[in-house]
Amino acid sequence: MQTEKFVYFDNINTTFPDPRVVRKIDEVLNFRLGNPSAHIHSAGIAAGKVVDEAREKVAAYIGAAPETLIFTSGATEANNLAITGFLKANPEFGFVCSNIEHFSVLNQIRSLRNSVKTSILDVDSYGLVEPDSLEKVLKNNRSIVSLSLANPEIGTMQDIEKISEICSRNGSILHSDATAAAGLIEIDVNKMGIDLLTLSGHNIYGPAGVGALYVNKKIRLASIFEGGNQESGIRPGTENVPGIAGMGEACEALKGDMKSHEKRLRDLGNDLWKSLQESVRFVNFTGHPEKRLPGHVSFWVEHIEGESLLLLLSMNGVMASSGSACSSNLKAKDEDELMASHVLAAVGVPSDICSGSITLSAGRYNTEEDFNYVKSVLPGLVEKLLTMSPSYDDYMKNKETTDG
Amino acid sequence: MDKPFPYSETVMDHFANPRNMGDMEDPSAVGNVGNPACGDMMRLFLKIENGIIVDAKFKTFGCGAAIASSSMLTEMIKGMTLDEAMSISNEEVVNALGGLPEAKIHCSVMAEEALKAAMEDYKNKNR
Ligand code: FES
Repeated sequence: MQTEKFVYFDNINTTFPDPRVVRKIDEVLNFRLGNPSAHIHSAGIAAGKVVDEAREKVAAYIGAAPETLIFTSGATEANNLAITGFLKANPEFGFVCSNIEHFSVLNQIRSLRNSVKTSILDVDSYGLVEPDSLEKVLKNNRSIVSLSLANPEIGTMQDIEKISEICSRNGSILHSDATAAAGLIEIDVNKMGIDLLTLSGHNIYGPAGVGALYVNKKIRLASIFEGGNQESGIRPGTENVPGIAGMGEACEALKGDMKSHEKRLRDLGNDLWKSLQESVRFVNFTGHPEKRLPGHVSFWVEHIEGESLLLLLSMNGVMASSGSACSSNLKAKDEDELMASHVLAAVGVPSDICSGSITLSAGRYNTEEDFNYVKSVLPGLVEKLLTMSPSYDDYMKNKETTDG
Repeated sequence: MDKPFPYSETVMDHFANPRNMGDMEDPSAVGNVGNPACGDMMRLFLKIENGIIVDAKFKTFGCGAAIASSSMLTEMIKGMTLDEAMSISNEEVVNALGGLPEAKIHCSVMAEEALKAAMEDYKNKNR
């Protein structure tokens, strides 16, 4: 039943490691390295060097100084450290985020609510935060504002420079989760005016289990774990040396051809969008048509269920993801866990007619043939599901009677 | 890596090659149900002669589990008497499919309910 095809369009959830990353990790694991905290012997010092080198490479990717980076176990930890760690050290601040943030940001509200003023900003139908509403919230309350650079599900990229301007005008701090955007676009924390930035290893062609938090020098953070002195005491725990080395190598590998991949994927993504707009009946795109991640196309189709389409795509060798828990979360314990996606709900997708959206997310390994293949198979798969759909039948019958 | 699909082989087979999918001319009964858990829907057509289900067809707007459940259900009830069909439960459909993930049981319930609705429709029409 499985075809030979292997067309991977789920880079938003994980990317495959760059061969240079794999080589680097292999090398590091084979190098008989000590604990980086063992400063006294050569095996420990060598390990420390590996970490320092990686720190320089990751910092270079985002235009930061190496000492501003803290390695973590991934984006979730970095997001928790950024927000809860900041508020622990600066309890006079409030917390603001949008209603389409990742759960590692949104759910911190539960524990912060009792001690700080929290606000959730609604986004518009494209998933953009309205500058005025942000300004209004910050006017009355200096806050740490957490807005992801790009939303993984609908691809929309925030107007981060404008947002950063509003934040600094109001004495507030900007944290941005760059998990979805990193690896696809150039990032410069100074130009963008970002104070805290989250990066994830496995989303930038590096390994999973490692991430980093950029912390502007002017900002004080408190650790959220008790432990030793690693990462200036802000992130205790023995460093994940091979993971960190891999992440450094991934950032190094991004350099050079970042711009050309960005342009290539943007063009291919736009082209796919246009093609599907013409070839897929009842298609509704999500996210902003221009302010979006390169190579990212997301949509839902009336009268058919997203999961069925994902399964058919998978049977045809195309791996995509869904914006609805109902569609992809087969491991949910019960129906309550199968609630519709909070992101789709936030951008006003009607939950009763949308049974899950589809996210096609390309990465640098995707070729033009991959895009062409999707263009060629997707419309037929949608048609197959439409012929099965009683909802489509009803729609057509209704149309006949109203059209006379 | 040995299990490339999220459902059992039988489910995948019925999803990929649904049996009895389509419309029916002059059905003896039609069952229409919506799934409150997810907003999906199923339509079941029955042709009944002398108290026996001689044909069954379906249309489903739903996930893989829902489409497979519909397909399996129609296979199971064809040739059954009304009484026999009346006693079919979603668990039997799930078993015949080689199981469903916990969170997808509600999709098989939709199939059972479509059958019940069709039976109800038949009763009403033949009162
Ligand atoms: S999720 Fe709606 S029928 Fe299965």
